[in-house]
Amino acid sequence: MLLSLSIWLPIVCGGLLLALGRDNNAGAVRWMALVASVASFLVTLPLISGFDTSTAAMQFVENASWIERFNIHYHLGVDGISMWFVPLTAFISIIVVIAAWEVIETRVHQYMGAFLILSGLMIGVFCALDGMLFYVFFEATLIPMYIIIGVWGGPRRVYAAFKFFLYTLAGSLLMLIALLYLYSQSGSFEILDWHKLPLPMSAQSLLFFAFFAAFAVKVPMWPVHTWLPDAHVEAPTGGSVVLAAIMLKLGAYGFLRFSLPIAPDAARHYDWFIIGLSLIAVIYIGLVAMVQRDMKKLVAYSSVAHMGFVTLGFFIFNELGISGGLVQMISHGFVSGAMFLCIGVLYDRVHSREIADYGGVVNTMPKFAALAVFFGMANCGLPATAGFVGEWMVILGSVQHNFWIGLLAATALIFGAAYTLWMIKRVYFGAVTNDNVRNLTDINGREFLMLGVLAIATLYMGVYPKPFTDVMHPSVDALLKHVAVSKLQ
Amino acid sequence: MNDMNWVAVYPEILLLVLACVVALVDLFVTDPRRTPTYWLTQLSLAVVGAMHFAAMGNAPAEAMQGLLVVDPLSHLLSGVSALALIITLVYARPYAESREMLKGELFTLSLLALLGVNVMVASNNFLSIYLGLELMSLSLYALTALRRDHTISTEAAMKYFVLGALASGFLLYGLSMMYGATGSLSIPRVFEVISSGTVNKGVLVLGVVFVVAGLGFKLGAAPFHMWVPDVYQGAPTAATLLIGGAPKLAALGIALRLLVEGMLPLATDWQQMLLVMAVASLVVGNLAAIAQSNLKRMLAYSTISQMGFVVLGLASGVVNGQPDNHALNAYSSAMFYAITYVLTTLGSFGLIMLLARQGFESEQISDLAGLFKRSPWYALVMAIYMFSLTGIPPTVGFYGKLAVLQAMVTTGQSLYLWLAVVAVVLSLIGAFYYLRVVKVMFFDEPTDHAPLNAPADARLVMSLNGIAVLAFGLLPGGLLALCGQAVTRALAH
Repeated sequence: MLLSLSIWLPIVCGGLLLALGRDNNAGAVRWMALVASVASFLVTLPLISGFDTSTAAMQFVENASWIERFNIHYHLGVDGISMWFVPLTAFISIIVVIAAWEVIETRVHQYMGAFLILSGLMIGVFCALDGMLFYVFFEATLIPMYIIIGVWGGPRRVYAAFKFFLYTLAGSLLMLIALLYLYSQSGSFEILDWHKLPLPMSAQSLLFFAFFAAFAVKVPMWPVHTWLPDAHVEAPTGGSVVLAAIMLKLGAYGFLRFSLPIAPDAARHYDWFIIGLSLIAVIYIGLVAMVQRDMKKLVAYSSVAHMGFVTLGFFIFNELGISGGLVQMISHGFVSGAMFLCIGVLYDRVHSREIADYGGVVNTMPKFAALAVFFGMANCGLPATAGFVGEWMVILGSVQHNFWIGLLAATALIFGAAYTLWMIKRVYFGAVTNDNVRNLTDINGREFLMLGVLAIATLYMGVYPKPFTDVMHPSVDALLKHVAVSKLQ
Repeated sequence: MNDMNWVAVYPEILLLVLACVVALVDLFVTDPRRTPTYWLTQLSLAVVGAMHFAAMGNAPAEAMQGLLVVDPLSHLLSGVSALALIITLVYARPYAESREMLKGELFTLSLLALLGVNVMVASNNFLSIYLGLELMSLSLYALTALRRDHTISTEAAMKYFVLGALASGFLLYGLSMMYGATGSLSIPRVFEVISSGTVNKGVLVLGVVFVVAGLGFKLGAAPFHMWVPDVYQGAPTAATLLIGGAPKLAALGIALRLLVEGMLPLATDWQQMLLVMAVASLVVGNLAAIAQSNLKRMLAYSTISQMGFVVLGLASGVVNGQPDNHALNAYSSAMFYAITYVLTTLGSFGLIMLLARQGFESEQISDLAGLFKRSPWYALVMAIYMFSLTGIPPTVGFYGKLAVLQAMVTTGQSLYLWLAVVAVVLSLIGAFYYLRVVKVMFFDEPTDHAPLNAPADARLVMSLNGIAVLAFGLLPGGLLALCGQAVTRALAH
């Protein structure tokens, strides 16, 4: 019941907010949204405490028949790969609600409702063990995000919303055909049954690329990443946070749940392809990030580069790589979310995201600058922050796999430091150059709270990642063993 | 065989009687809002629809000396058609009232059109198919022309009549060839004769070509789609909805009766034609819809593309000439698709009618601008329809596409697999214009701020319609199973 509760509690609460909220009771709506998101987070906590770290099997399983005609089941469960994303998603939703507190003034109930519904749907993606259930959740997330970007977004929001929707839909429709093909071969939509299904190489290749189309767009990998900077720049702060922290992870998670175990031979055969694209993302996109003038765009490109690390880690087929990729997914959730919140804090005061409009923020906002610089450091992968652990594991894993790949991946740390530190220097340090900055007021308690909580999480994960890796270990181990065995006959 | 079996056709007889009663009663109604006529019509439809749904479980039976066959298939399609007509009339009443269309004829002709639909879907004989078709079509021609002094409507009615008559001619010509070759008008008898393999294949195939062309016209599938955009746009929206709802189910019904029940041994021949029609419909419908600024015209092209999916379902039944359970699965997918399409169409055209006011049609896409700020709930409902037509879960439209694509992939043939890919790519193009409607409603600023102003019953039905599209999307199992049972019990030989 725990997983169902985690999924449906935010969705039902979001629906209630949509139904009951009015523009004249915005204050009550905010508190209701906060209570709903905190409650949704609390129901996910027993997952962490009750998780058995000694097994790779699915836990907290629920299984009921949903659509008999196609043998589709309402089948939920989490293993070490997916478990952490459930509380992470619920946690980020609380942050989003707090971040929107004073910023969103009109149609508060619709904004909060959309985010709560989105949160439940994304948790559903991580929990679904039935292919069609996964697809339904995966696609359904498009609707609230499309509306969030389009209604509360910036000046080019319509373009960004369309691009986001159509790019993602294009990928996932091919995945739908892949799911139907697997159904026609196995007679069921059970993902775990598909893992055991023997398939010839030709079918595996087609399946691999069909899944690749869906997940590469979502991650996003170079060269299908172009929707992300647009979506990030135009989305409201909360939308950017959810996009970067959770939504990108849906794609990376899909690689581990579908591509690798269902088509292991194809995955091993085409690993150079993914590794190549990942390295391009890491290096080329890192360079692209360096020349951005818009802070949000810079962080967006940095997200693409960081997600490149994740996909790189997945396709070097060793424990360090995959665990490192997973750790990177979680830490990126905290760090990129926090980076977008910092930009949001500045944007709410100055209404500009141009780096050139700032300079010397530290003089007027010392508390804020301290936190922002901390997150900047985490973004470049400073040891003792969450950003370090994942990148370090992936680099170590790639050196094991192939020294040159490891070397190329490691250069990314330099680029990451370069673009992040340069942005920090231009925005936060130096003399106060203009009136925008001179009139800034430091962050209030609410803003301090949301950034502080994220800072603690980032630090904790950087210093003591063991709880995270312990949960992942058996499942990653089992996955690697599974992938090593050929499914050809 | 030579039995009248009156009991089986009680709903049709009742419908005929009630249509006459409504026509008579209306002569004595002086109320300009036609309240007694309206409620009598709705009551008749409810009773007839309920009779059909109640009889769903009955075993298939022939009636009227073998002219009709009453089976779960006919009951389901007739019942849904009656329901669709009820919903249509709820939406149409305020619209018709402000356009001087609220006359007795609207109700009588609607009931007669429904009778035609019911006869079509229950036909067991070429003759009764044609009779039902003409009864339905003639009623609809007259309904389209109901606004006599409105130029565009009259033009649409004229176009509909000419092209509809041409289509009927095609169908009749094809059927006459089948009759000439097989010597019988009875569908089961035709099936037997064709199966025996003793007839000249050339004549049969020529007949099939004309039959399929006629069906293509009635379904509105490309390349026989020319009438659809003009008629949908030109007809008063109430008539558009009458044309776009139940008649699609009727066309699907006779397609199943003629092609599957009658001409299954010729499946390889008609499947090829259907595949070409399906792909053409998807291409024409989706590409042309992008260029439209008129919402009704855009939805007309959208209909063409949606019919492409229905036809794909019909065409993926028989693999290698061997009908089996898979075929029934494919046909029930097509049926599920058509029913859910009708449900969604009712809502989207219904909303156009609810937004229309005296002297203002509200049929441009831009007329929806800022609906989210004017009436958030109806904007949400319309968005649900649009996402359903796009095929995004969790709306019911997704499961229609899923069912049809599943039927295609399950054939196991690479041709069908690639056609499925083509179909999803084209529906991706389709996503653009549906999303544009959502964009106009949600992201644009309203030009006028008046909230939607419609009678309470119309608003209630609109809300229920939207909730149904969402609810069937969350729990589609029941309706899928219903379609599956209806097709299996009716068509399994």
